[in-house]
Amino acid sequence: MTPGDQPLLEARGISKSFPGVQALADVGASVLPGEILAVVGENGAGKSTLMKILAGVQRPDGGTILWEGKPVELNAVKDAERLGIVLIHQELNLAADLDVAANVFLGREPTWGGPLKLIDSRIYADASALTARLGLTCSPRTRVGDLPVGQQQLVEIARALSLESRLLILDEPTSSLTERETDLLFGVLAGLKSDGISIVYISHRLKEIERIADRVVVLRDGKNAGGLARAEIHHEAIVRLMVGRELKQFFQRHRTDGGADKPPVIQVRDVRWSPRQKAGITFALRPGEIVGMSGLIGAGRTELAETLFGVRPRTTGSIEIDGQIRNIRRPSDAIAAGVFLVPEDRRVEGLILSDSVKRNISLPILGMLSRLGLVSGRREKAKAQEMSDKMRVRTPSVNQEVGLLSGGNQQKVVLGKWLARSPRLLILDEPTRGIDVGAKSEIYSLMDQLAGQGVAILMITSDLEEALGMSDRVLVLHESQLAGDVPRSGLSEEAIMQLATGGGAA
Amino acid sequence: MNKLLGIIVFLVVLYGALLLSDPSAGSYRNHFNVGQRIGLYGVLTLAAALVIVTGNIDLSMGSVVGLCATITGLMLMSPEWRIGSGAYSLTLAVPDPTVRLALAIPTVLLLGMLIGLIHGLLVTYLRVQAFIVTLCGMFVYRGLARWATNDQNTGLSSAFPEEKKWLLDGILGVPTHMVILLVLLAAAGVFLHVSVFGRYFYALGSNERAARFSGISVNFYKILAFVLCSTLTAFYAILWTFTYNSVQPSGAGSMDELYAIAGAVLGGFSLRGGDGTILGVLIGACIIHILPNMTAMWGVSNTLEPVVIGLALLVGATVDELLRRRRGTKKA
Repeated sequence: MTPGDQPLLEARGISKSFPGVQALADVGASVLPGEILAVVGENGAGKSTLMKILAGVQRPDGGTILWEGKPVELNAVKDAERLGIVLIHQELNLAADLDVAANVFLGREPTWGGPLKLIDSRIYADASALTARLGLTCSPRTRVGDLPVGQQQLVEIARALSLESRLLILDEPTSSLTERETDLLFGVLAGLKSDGISIVYISHRLKEIERIADRVVVLRDGKNAGGLARAEIHHEAIVRLMVGRELKQFFQRHRTDGGADKPPVIQVRDVRWSPRQKAGITFALRPGEIVGMSGLIGAGRTELAETLFGVRPRTTGSIEIDGQIRNIRRPSDAIAAGVFLVPEDRRVEGLILSDSVKRNISLPILGMLSRLGLVSGRREKAKAQEMSDKMRVRTPSVNQEVGLLSGGNQQKVVLGKWLARSPRLLILDEPTRGIDVGAKSEIYSLMDQLAGQGVAILMITSDLEEALGMSDRVLVLHESQLAGDVPRSGLSEEAIMQLATGGGAA
Repeated sequence: MNKLLGIIVFLVVLYGALLLSDPSAGSYRNHFNVGQRIGLYGVLTLAAALVIVTGNIDLSMGSVVGLCATITGLMLMSPEWRIGSGAYSLTLAVPDPTVRLALAIPTVLLLGMLIGLIHGLLVTYLRVQAFIVTLCGMFVYRGLARWATNDQNTGLSSAFPEEKKWLLDGILGVPTHMVILLVLLAAAGVFLHVSVFGRYFYALGSNERAARFSGISVNFYKILAFVLCSTLTAFYAILWTFTYNSVQPSGAGSMDELYAIAGAVLGGFSLRGGDGTILGVLIGACIIHILPNMTAMWGVSNTLEPVVIGLALLVGATVDELLRRRRGTKKA
């Protein structure tokens, strides 16, 4: 940034806290006109909170926001939109059953016929003009739900343009796009930039940031961790700022090959959960192995985990645990076989948020803590305290409501629920999503410790660095098929992405 | 606990208002009568609470009362039980009233159990909403009661004097209904607050998905909740029959489910499930039945009774929602 440039938007000293967590502390950032600013940080670093504040979704506890040098109050999304700030969420906000034009003008339709409020058909011409500018050639009368995700995203951008947006905030826009769609999107962003529109771009994909960002702001644990100018932007520099230490230290993994000749803990053969799958899924995990599972969103990773755990009915195939065929039809069957799942959405599936730490930990083991069907309060409390200490849950007491803890501590409670028993296979579905760096590294070392005790771990993750840093090998799913089983020696981000996007072995 | 404190204060104020209304309000007789009502209707409040805590609802309770009370009346009064019709009928001679009583009570309880089982199976395996299932039940059981009697009243008239005396005279000066309710509440308290089953009920009501992911057989506990509710309802129907003596198939128990649900909600059972305590059931039942007594003593027309109850419930629910929202904003 040259000193003479007036930033379009500047945030100064922004702070925001939620019970149990300081999401942002004295964070600053600014965007110049016609600039692409990348905001990066680990999950839980505060990126989303900052973006929500800039878009008027949430109000900061402190700090000021300047628009073209003048302080503004963004109390609602409408305030931000009036200035020309539009946030495009990771999960698109489109009405799938309406057509393109209706979506672009939703809530702001030009009408005629007075009180009858009939929609003016010129929205179709107007929408056409906007989509053409973005290289979207489909008819404005196409139902949005029939478009591929990449084009749906362009419809959202068209909607932003119709609002005469001057600052576009894109939250993880490429997370469900194919490589080709990503290229197209980058072309569109370059075009918008040359029209003088500023873009704030949030992504985990550092390669994309290297490609398109003019400047990078890095957040860590809710604070500014540093910034990089165009010439300084490269992968290692960003990662160093993000984690605040070298990557190798971060992932603590003591690999041994002790389990290589042991019989598998789990042998999955030809497992299917949907009639649309062309082939079943077959793989095995040995004791002490941490196996990563990669794939794009919708590749069937969570479905596979749920099938193995008995939440989702299995249509074909067999599951062997320790050499014995187990007919897993419901979670209690899986639990009896020593297979536990830490689900993807801990707030909905993993925990009862309104209940205490104690009651969450004891829920799956009440049988062990009771006599004649009556729960022993003393034993329950002791066990919950023990697990809470072991997992290093930071909570004032085990009677604290789980919903008030930070994401990382919530996840430790979910782990504590299961580790009170002895697992044979632990399935972790996105175990570190949305949790802070400190808790993350604690969870990694816990995984390493469990593997050392001979537990097999299947770790589903969208975070490639995590997959590379923790796994002994990586299984890749693509369209509910096993696209590859990459051994340690062949692991690289490229190899995984190639398989995940259906490109076959690299 | 905070939530209970609020309604305890409300109950105390209500009781104070009752005592101030009229000298006769403080009499032993009035206390006995109110206690009897609370004891009787509290059983149904408990039944409603057991289903509500799992996040479900039973709208059919009043009709189940109608059907079960009708069948209780029929079985107790006829010396010959005829099952089926025409050539396919089976006639059973039961001349001894004591034998009839000994057979009728388990039969009616079993009928309640069966009704609850049907509700539970429909809600779990066919995934029909509890509201719909029990709304349909509400029509069906009422119709069956009327059909079984040709819409004629049944009743005990002067039979079973000993049993009625035991029920209506009280035990050591305490209304027998209240003693029965307290025994049931004690058992339910252990069930809900100390046993593993109760814990699963709350887990199910708070977050069914998380309960399922924790390995709990969600379907089993949901069915159990409906079975317990309908069985208690059948038990209430028997008490009701002995208390009121006469059963009108089209009217018996009608609207009782709404008073029961209202009592449970006032007592802290959120219709979202996962909330509420046994002490709350007692307090809720007390409020619902002291309220009309209080207004009557102040000389308010008894036709206004439903208005008072409706407004009390509305105020309770609004205050609850405001408290929830205050906690919610702290969280969000």
